[in-house]
Amino acid sequence: MVNSVIGIEGLHVVRGGRPVLDGLDLVIGPGVTGLLGPSGCGKSTLLRSIVGVQKTAAGTVTVLGAEAGSPAVRDRVGYQTQSSSVYDDLTVTENLRFFSRVLGRSAGAVGEAVEEAVDAVDLGSHRDSVVSRLSGGQQSRVGLAVALLGKPDLLVLDEPTVGLDPVLRRDLWALFHRIADAGTAVLVSSHVMDEAERCDELLLMREGRILAQGTPAAVKERAGAADIESAFLTLVESGSGDAA
Amino acid sequence: MSPRVTLAIATRVLTQLRRDHRTLAMLLVLPCLLQALLWWVFQDTPLVFDRIGPALLAIFPFFVMFLVTSVTTLRERSSGTLERLFTMPMGRLDFLLGYALAFGAVAAVQAALAAGVAIGLLDLDVRGAAGLLVVVGVADAVLGTALGLFVSAFARTEFQAVQFLPAIVVPQILLCGLLVPRDRLPRTLEVVADLLPLSYAVDAMEQLATSTRPGDVWRDVAIVAGFAVAALALGAATLRRRTD
Repeated sequence: MVNSVIGIEGLHVVRGGRPVLDGLDLVIGPGVTGLLGPSGCGKSTLLRSIVGVQKTAAGTVTVLGAEAGSPAVRDRVGYQTQSSSVYDDLTVTENLRFFSRVLGRSAGAVGEAVEEAVDAVDLGSHRDSVVSRLSGGQQSRVGLAVALLGKPDLLVLDEPTVGLDPVLRRDLWALFHRIADAGTAVLVSSHVMDEAERCDELLLMREGRILAQGTPAAVKERAGAADIESAFLTLVESGSGDAA
Repeated sequence: MSPRVTLAIATRVLTQLRRDHRTLAMLLVLPCLLQALLWWVFQDTPLVFDRIGPALLAIFPFFVMFLVTSVTTLRERSSGTLERLFTMPMGRLDFLLGYALAFGAVAAVQAALAAGVAIGLLDLDVRGAAGLLVVVGVADAVLGTALGLFVSAFARTEFQAVQFLPAIVVPQILLCGLLVPRDRLPRTLEVVADLLPLSYAVDAMEQLATSTRPGDVWRDVAIVAGFAVAALALGAATLRRRTD
């Protein structure tokens, strides 16, 4: 790895008396990294640990050179949860203005930041709509726009493309790559295996462990499989659990 | 803590309230209507209304703000917006004070309306300064807000949050001197009543109604404010950046 954006050592997370992550070690670099695995495998818990809102039992998570969630990185990490996590009784613009003020934008700079975020997720024609009146896909794009607001150095997105129109999904992946090209590391989770090909780097996850890490081509080659879905199956059946 | 974020949160809460006409009506008009209803009930015995009227001016803002705040805060927790705010540069106190500020402002309007109706239309006899009624009303409302913020930590659903009303607010109403003056309660209940914040809120209003010396009112207002600060501190302790 050239330079690490996220470094995780010995991460243990216990939820409801059950270990979800059990001694996870991981290094994630720049570019678009896809975290793929079935529902319930610990993806969200891992992402929550990276943004510093998950209670952890042991281990360290370092983000952009500082402890995850510490004040030094809080305005440098953009995060979107699986729900849109915005106020559904406010308009798109009101939500964005509020969060950009929390992020410390001066009154003059708020307008510009809001416009950029609205354009990035293509919600210009709905900017004055109350969020609860938007479709599910549009609502999750509002959440994504909030995550983009602070021009973060790391963007952590939990299943941002679930349930979206294929055209929009393609556009969002293009957006993730544009953001990554501009220097922001992007970590995207998904349970849809066919999204793997759109990532620069892949993390395949199952039952709290990383099955494989590498470019999509490298992961397929290592498993001797034609696509990621088959690679995943091969890795599970061969009992491979160690990160490459 | 930063005044910028506190103010952003207060403004946002007020914008949400402005959108929600029904809640706004409940906050501003309902206390006046209930007061008028009570006046009507005691039309033939105006002395009773003069005795319990001031207590009602203390109870309404406390009751309503407790209800609204506990549900709204719980919504912040369950919708993911609180978690999103915690990944941003927001302190716990910013969140609590933002809410206290917003509902305090609404309470000032509420108290002014309720006092105006009570004195102007319903002929409630008040000897002290009418302006002080608003001050006491705001203190009571902030107390309700602070307690509501605190208990919302112990509810997982809005349904559970509403149940705190009969558990925490109703006993205080029964013991605050509304039904029986506190010094005529059984000794044990009197001691308990002396420990409950609403008793002092009601005392302040009753002092205002019967005495022309503002000193006694300020002493009770100070006690109510002390309870509010303690509840806010407890609330801050229950707000956790990292959760399960």
